[in-house]
Amino acid sequence: MFWTTFKRVLESGWINFRRNGLVSYAAILVTTITLTVITGLFLLNAILHTTIDSIQKQVDITVYFTVDAQEERILSLKQTLESLPEVAAVGYISADDEVLAFRERHSDDYLTLQALEELGNNPFGGNLRISAHDSTQYESIVNVLEGDSQVARDNAEIIDRINFAQNKVVIDRLNRLIADSRDIGLIVTIILSFISVIIMFTTVRLTIYVVHEEIGIMRLVGASNSYIRLPFIVEGILYGFFAWTLTFLLFLPITYLLGRYATDALGLNLYTYYLSHFFSIAGVVLLIGLFLGALSSAFAVRKYLRS
Amino acid sequence: MITFTNVSKVYPNGAIALEGVTLTIEKGEFVTMIGLSGAGKTTLTKLLLGEEQPTEGDVLFEGRDVTTFSVKELTDLRRRIGPIFQDFRLLAHKTAYENISCAMEAAGKTDEEIISDVPHVLQLVDLQDRMYHFPSQLSGGEKQRLAIARAIINQPEVLLADEPTGNLDSVNTEEVLNILRKINDLGTTVILATHDPQLINGLGGRLITVEKGKIVKDEQHRRKI
Repeated sequence: MFWTTFKRVLESGWINFRRNGLVSYAAILVTTITLTVITGLFLLNAILHTTIDSIQKQVDITVYFTVDAQEERILSLKQTLESLPEVAAVGYISADDEVLAFRERHSDDYLTLQALEELGNNPFGGNLRISAHDSTQYESIVNVLEGDSQVARDNAEIIDRINFAQNKVVIDRLNRLIADSRDIGLIVTIILSFISVIIMFTTVRLTIYVVHEEIGIMRLVGASNSYIRLPFIVEGILYGFFAWTLTFLLFLPITYLLGRYATDALGLNLYTYYLSHFFSIAGVVLLIGLFLGALSSAFAVRKYLRS
Repeated sequence: MITFTNVSKVYPNGAIALEGVTLTIEKGEFVTMIGLSGAGKTTLTKLLLGEEQPTEGDVLFEGRDVTTFSVKELTDLRRRIGPIFQDFRLLAHKTAYENISCAMEAAGKTDEEIISDVPHVLQLVDLQDRMYHFPSQLSGGEKQRLAIARAIINQPEVLLADEPTGNLDSVNTEEVLNILRKINDLGTTVILATHDPQLINGLGGRLITVEKGKIVKDEQHRRKI
């Protein structure tokens, strides 16, 4: 009997969906708008995070070594730093590379080059350029180098200076900006999602209001509440499914065009991102669509099933 | 089978629909309730179906108080009472076949029973050619015959007809009454509510006159041919 009931519920939901005509189209369109907003928010978040990541990558700190610091000790410190969980990468520039770079930078500045020649020896020490996974982690990396850790004590005499203090203001400001952007992104996502869901709920309620007399008739002929409710839930799920199909198809050309013409501006190719994240975007949006469709129908029909 | 004991119904706006109604209907009876619009006939049918609660008194179906029924018990009760209304109350988005199969599905009938019984009952009310028509494609008489087919498909113990001929011409009215008589002959209790005095001439059985929410006359009536 379970399968017979299951089959009847599906059949009845599908028939109601088809025969409701314009009402079904309206519900699908409104649900499509809801899912479009949600998909759009997913992509906007991706753009926001890519932008934040790329800004974070541009931030680093540099440890300058004294002129007489031995290369083996610098490289040993490099290894130690690379083993820290906060550290993403450490780049080493030797004293010789540094002087070469200096000469390169000032190749048309005769006076400076002459002053360098007159010094006789290399006035530059080597340096380590450290990138963290997250810009909030620089402080703890600097603490390893300057605090009272074993690493700091072992290397105190070879470290000339660390440019963290100069960068600290910028890094702190950036951290605040990133945190604020994420918070604002989350709030905007919640507000827009909430508005979309309310609009969708209202539309589904209207579609059920149109047939609320039929619910009364079904009750009078002895239909149980679940027998009345389930086909409406199937209808809601169908709204969600067709709306998702439309949304998915809508975003293919949109992301394709954005990928083709706006990858540089956005910092990522939205088309490849959209396709490569099919399950985490389109899949999740499908589940949201089906869930909202079923839930809004169940809520709407509940009103007319109260004894 | 059905007992109303000292039943009163007062609506929130103060309108008194029923006042101290006491009435017993036995199994297999053909009961006609006659009274002007607003006399309280429809309220009596709604109380029996559990659509409304009495302000006072008890409504008993086979000795059990309908007002205390749970949602599930009300659902079971409504499967045992086949209702027919003046405005037909058909499912607009379903065909004649589906309107009936729907009532059978709701009662838990199998697909085989539905496939065999629906055409049979449609033939009984002479709608075999309208099986796949929607209610909007049927005439008033056809709609009411379809409503009767739906009401009797689960072989209810009581057929409750509230102004079933109110929207019909004389030919269709006679047809509907004939069907009701046949159903009663097969042992089903029929309760017919009407405001039309002409109608009772063609009916025999018990005649209850309702006026201003009270039963003023309860008598046996002989059919005039």
